[in-house]
Amino acid sequence: MIEFKHVFKKYPNEVLAANDFNVKIRQGEFIYVIGPSGAGKSTFIKMMYREERPTSGEIKVNDYELQKIKNSEIPFLRRELGIVFQDFKLLPKLTIFENVAYALQVIEKDPETIATRVNYVLDLVGLKHKVDAFPNELSGGEQQRISIARAIANKPEVVIADEPTGNLDPDTAAGIMEILERINSEGTTVVMATHNSQIVDQYKHRVLEIEDGKIVRDQTEGGFFQDED
Amino acid sequence: MKISTFKRHVVESLKSLKRNGWMSVAALSAVTVTLLLVGILFSILMNVNKVASDIENDVQVRVLIDRGTNKKQEAKLKQNLAKLHSVSKIKFSSKEQELKNVIGSYGKEFKLFGGDDNPLNDVFVVSAKKPEQTVTIAKEAKKMKHVYDAKYGGASAKKLFNIVDNIQKWGIAISLLLLFVAVFLISNTIRITILSRKNEISIMRLVGATNGFIRWPFILEGAWTGLFGAIIPIIIVDLGYVWLYGIISNSLASTGYSLLTPSVFLFQIDTLLILIGIVIGAIGSGISMRRFLRI
Repeated sequence: MIEFKHVFKKYPNEVLAANDFNVKIRQGEFIYVIGPSGAGKSTFIKMMYREERPTSGEIKVNDYELQKIKNSEIPFLRRELGIVFQDFKLLPKLTIFENVAYALQVIEKDPETIATRVNYVLDLVGLKHKVDAFPNELSGGEQQRISIARAIANKPEVVIADEPTGNLDPDTAAGIMEILERINSEGTTVVMATHNSQIVDQYKHRVLEIEDGKIVRDQTEGGFFQDED
Repeated sequence: MKISTFKRHVVESLKSLKRNGWMSVAALSAVTVTLLLVGILFSILMNVNKVASDIENDVQVRVLIDRGTNKKQEAKLKQNLAKLHSVSKIKFSSKEQELKNVIGSYGKEFKLFGGDDNPLNDVFVVSAKKPEQTVTIAKEAKKMKHVYDAKYGGASAKKLFNIVDNIQKWGIAISLLLLFVAVFLISNTIRITILSRKNEISIMRLVGATNGFIRWPFILEGAWTGLFGAIIPIIIVDLGYVWLYGIISNSLASTGYSLLTPSVFLFQIDTLLILIGIVIGAIGSGISMRRFLRI
């Protein structure tokens, strides 16, 4: 469960990226966060995993109250979230296997459990045959699938994806969406920031639209553009 | 920390050393050069110190007895010398014995001076309780009857004591300075290699790694760099020292002074180099990454 209550975020350059955000995301939901560049989508996403701190207001993610959380607790918050980035953020000097395993080593799982789970999630994203490759040997779409595999490796309750299809061609993007849909159908909450109108229209879910730091639309089963009614 | 996690950190640190390729080579070379410098300078300093203290502890006054002095007079002279309160030991050396020493040091040609042609004097070798007392002993001895001359290594002895004193004082200062330079150089090189991995560290944090979990492999990698960086300096210092020891101790043999024995000394300096490498490597990386782990 994720909840934003009267959240404001003002950057040092006076830009107001969050102007009174009030959002509640229930367990198992799939929600798109849309809006033009610089509207505040990334700020919204980053505040969830405490990469950015709100200027005021309350944010609750699972049992963590982010305005009260200590720095030393942040790693533990992030372990409950699977995060997928537009630029993948894979560790360049680790193999695919090691990249996915990293998320499990962090929580000190034993090596056998890690091996089983890594093979399972790599199979899920269809890249089991690439275990020994390094990230720079993979295409963008493949790297994004690895990034998703890493995000879901320790079975998080929430997957947060910031423009996961941003750098990918339509076919590859559809492949990524299939994986996210599948994860969501198993009960995982998915929060996805995107620019991609096609995807939002094709895979219908709740839509949260942000413009100039304000939430201008929060619609269940919405399309990319607000219906004129 | 679980044992499997610690094992993981050890394996990971070695892999990372290998996969960072040229960066690791750069760090290793810096450690190698620095430790080589430390090794060579330490070897020199410690041996200078050893010879200096040999000299200091070994200064004696050679009291040359007038030729034609009889046994009784010699005995009387010995008594008078023993009365000087700074004298600790008096040893008699006949002119035949003296000639043997000369032949030993300078060659068989001096055998010509054997028997009645021996131009040398009988000698009392007087040891002082404290090195700086040799000058006074020589002065007093010169005034005594039947004394031809009293030598204490010439006028340079006083100067020598000064130099030895200075070497010992400055040796400590230079060693400390050198250690400081080593710490600075090694930790700085490791810092640069870690700077280039800032991104990696930020990704690790996003995936939920605690600071401790991120830090360990880096600290171990720094320790490996220090350990492996010590290998070449150890080989060079060891081989070089054994070689030089052979040459120098030959020419030092006649003086009675000696260098530090390789078997003992090399073990000490090897251990020192390894410890400096590991400790500074580990601490260097630990400190360098602190700034990336602040949230």
